[in-house]
Amino acid sequence: MCRLFAAFLFALLAALPVGARADQVTEAVAALASPGFDSVRAGVEQLSYSGHPRAAAIIGALQAGKLFVRTDKALFVKQDDGEFADALSGEVAQPGGLKQVRVNNSVRGAIDAALGVLRLFAPDAAARREAAEAVFKSHDPAALPALEKVLATETNAGAKLKMEQARAAAVLASPDSAEADRVAAVAVLRLRGDIEARGFLASLSGQPQSVTEAIVTAITGIDRMAQAWSVAQSVYYGLSLGSVLLLAAAGLAITFGVMGVINMAHGEMVMIGAYTTFVVQQFMRANTPGLYGASLLVAIPMAFLVSGAVGVAIERLLIRWLYGRPLETLLATWGLSLGLQQAVRSIFGANNKDVDTPGWMSGATELGGLTLTWNRMYIILFSIAVLASLMGALRYTSLGLRMRAVTQNRRMAAAMGIRTPWIDALTFGLGSGVAGMAGVALSQIDNVSPNLGQSYIIDSFMVVVFGGVGNLWGTTLGALTLGIVNKFLEPVAGAVMAKIVVLVLLILFIQRRPRGMFPLKGRAVES
Amino acid sequence: MKLDRTAWLTLGLTFGVPLCLALLNQSTALSSALHVPTYVIALAGKYLCFAMLALAVDLVWGFAGILSLGHAAFFALGGYAMGMYLMRQIGTRGVYGNPMLPDFMVFLGWKELPWYWHGFEWFGFACFMVVLVPGILALVFGYLAFRSRVTGVYLSIITQALTYALLLAFFRNDMGFGGNNGMTDFKDILGFSVQADSTRSALLVISAMFLCGQYLVARYVVRSRFGKVLIAVRDTESRTRFLGYRPESYKLVVWVLSAIMAGIGGALYVPQVGIINPSEFAPANSIEAVIWVAVGGRGTLSGAILGAVIVNFGKTWFTGVLPEYWLYALGALFIFVTLCLPKGVMGLFGRRTA
Repeated sequence: MCRLFAAFLFALLAALPVGARADQVTEAVAALASPGFDSVRAGVEQLSYSGHPRAAAIIGALQAGKLFVRTDKALFVKQDDGEFADALSGEVAQPGGLKQVRVNNSVRGAIDAALGVLRLFAPDAAARREAAEAVFKSHDPAALPALEKVLATETNAGAKLKMEQARAAAVLASPDSAEADRVAAVAVLRLRGDIEARGFLASLSGQPQSVTEAIVTAITGIDRMAQAWSVAQSVYYGLSLGSVLLLAAAGLAITFGVMGVINMAHGEMVMIGAYTTFVVQQFMRANTPGLYGASLLVAIPMAFLVSGAVGVAIERLLIRWLYGRPLETLLATWGLSLGLQQAVRSIFGANNKDVDTPGWMSGATELGGLTLTWNRMYIILFSIAVLASLMGALRYTSLGLRMRAVTQNRRMAAAMGIRTPWIDALTFGLGSGVAGMAGVALSQIDNVSPNLGQSYIIDSFMVVVFGGVGNLWGTTLGALTLGIVNKFLEPVAGAVMAKIVVLVLLILFIQRRPRGMFPLKGRAVES
Repeated sequence: MKLDRTAWLTLGLTFGVPLCLALLNQSTALSSALHVPTYVIALAGKYLCFAMLALAVDLVWGFAGILSLGHAAFFALGGYAMGMYLMRQIGTRGVYGNPMLPDFMVFLGWKELPWYWHGFEWFGFACFMVVLVPGILALVFGYLAFRSRVTGVYLSIITQALTYALLLAFFRNDMGFGGNNGMTDFKDILGFSVQADSTRSALLVISAMFLCGQYLVARYVVRSRFGKVLIAVRDTESRTRFLGYRPESYKLVVWVLSAIMAGIGGALYVPQVGIINPSEFAPANSIEAVIWVAVGGRGTLSGAILGAVIVNFGKTWFTGVLPEYWLYALGALFIFVTLCLPKGVMGLFGRRTA
């Protein structure tokens, strides 16, 4: 019985707007046909909200000055071929005694608004979505009939969602909606959950008791959601910073972590990679402008080769004389870094160089309450790729096997016929090459200047030491932890203070765990 | 304590040369051929302060094997303590004429002197802080680091992180130390104008006295029984520990002593150069101080003084004549010394003395 009654009520409710709509069209046509700009304007509005299939054609004709009225108040549209058609049915007719329907500025404004509502019926789903969003922002109750009509046939999920939200806003704004509808509308807006929905809900007043309560819970819910999203956003920023740190530190994890060489010129390998990107872009702009969008993809292997070659040269000329003397290595490579910086400054000048961001890397995308910038996204993906290939190279290639053999037991490896000096040089070259690839990524988010590397060297060492020397997983975890902790502290303490806090925490951490999160075990530790 | 020839020579030169310069500046007329211009006095004073920093680095690096890449932090802290005294001496002569607040605080709209600025109007208190602040920092840092046996490269890296953190901190305006610009525009020290030739000459001689004093203290420490243990710790820390010594205590004592020496150097540095700002904390400065020691000869004390003077003289000369080549020269010096001159300039004389 109860269900039957509900069904009856539902049918009644569903029938109501239809009846209203038929009336609306007649009224609208009558208003358009009456003299006086005010009535024409009212007619335009009514017609647009009616959702009549010919509404767009009629209003468009009015805008173009092609709507005519006969003495019996029937409307006709002048077609492009000069023929006249009945406005509502669209059938060709041969009327006589026609008079053009005149418009003024106020009517033109109404026409523009009406066409906006009518875009709800546009064939393009994206246009319908935009139109629904516009209605949501205006939350004009008059748009309700049009929304109801279009919702009945809408198939595109995205557009449908926007339309439901627009309808919810209109229902809440309308003075004569039912209380149950209002509560349902609040629920829809709560699901939308963005700042606009919250603002709209907060702006509502004079609602019935139950609706007001629903609104209050909805706003708290939205706020809680927003908080969760902002945490997620911080995590994203943290991951992004962490991936940058990881890129900068991955090479160091090889040279310092695996070989035990303190390369203070590591930052300069990154800087050389960034300058290689600049040179590649200049070269491609001049010679192959068609492929310019792919310049970064070309720059990645180039940077690896250039920085790697510089690394091999450094190892052969300088570092191999200093094995077993870590502190001297530190000083010599520091001196080298000064020389490299000055060399780059002499060649390219002291100013920052412009490295372009290709189109496919700029912009951002929204994911729920998250803003994901593409360049950061690509850097995260790139760092994963670099890490994976580095681990793969160490694990599955014969060079990687030799590298591990030499670092584990140099003399035994030599006895097995491995040319350890060359393996040293190549390992160092690999670490430097990875640093060069990091430079390509950093050229997208940082200034390409001779000092680029200096700003990363301390952070990189911190990451490697924090993670545990000689352990790429440790480096990864270290970089991500540092990045995320930093980004969570930033809103609380400010960017500089966050950095200071992280440094102090790190210093304290190293006191407790002098060998990092994942220390190497065994006798090698003491040396 | 018996002084050998090297020690006498070091003392004679570090005290005699500055004294002569000061006397020549004060007693000769401007037109005289023997007149030493005031900027030479200021430069010489700067070198002596750097020499104190080098001596401090040599004490920990040369004799305890602790390569500190953050010693300039202690130097700068001492400098800031002295700078705060000098700021308070400006009084109403500042741009804003506020009797209590230094100019930068007035500029930031501060109404009251922060609590940690109180007392710095007294010279004695400031001198006490010059010793206390670097000493306390070194004590805390060293206690934590040495107790948990952070050694070698790891220690070097966290000392660098320490000075980097301080650099960032002192850049902040709300720290109350003048932020980016630091402190400058000093007027007088103990009632004497810091600009006056006579004050500068006096400061130079005082710096020379302090440097000699520090040299003697350092020399005494490393030649004592304590110093012998220290050298044992430097060479094989684990064996020393197994023999029943506590290396961390030995290291901590020498580390704090060294930090205080660096702090005194910084305190004498500020009135002579007339400015102290956060860039003194830059990690590069600390590493440069290490190279002074390496150039002079690690573990020789006299060599540290010599290295600091040689390198800084070279820097002054180079940046005047060939500014763009200074970094090349400095970089090459780092490489050359570590590869070809592991014992530094003192090694050329064929002795390793302390």
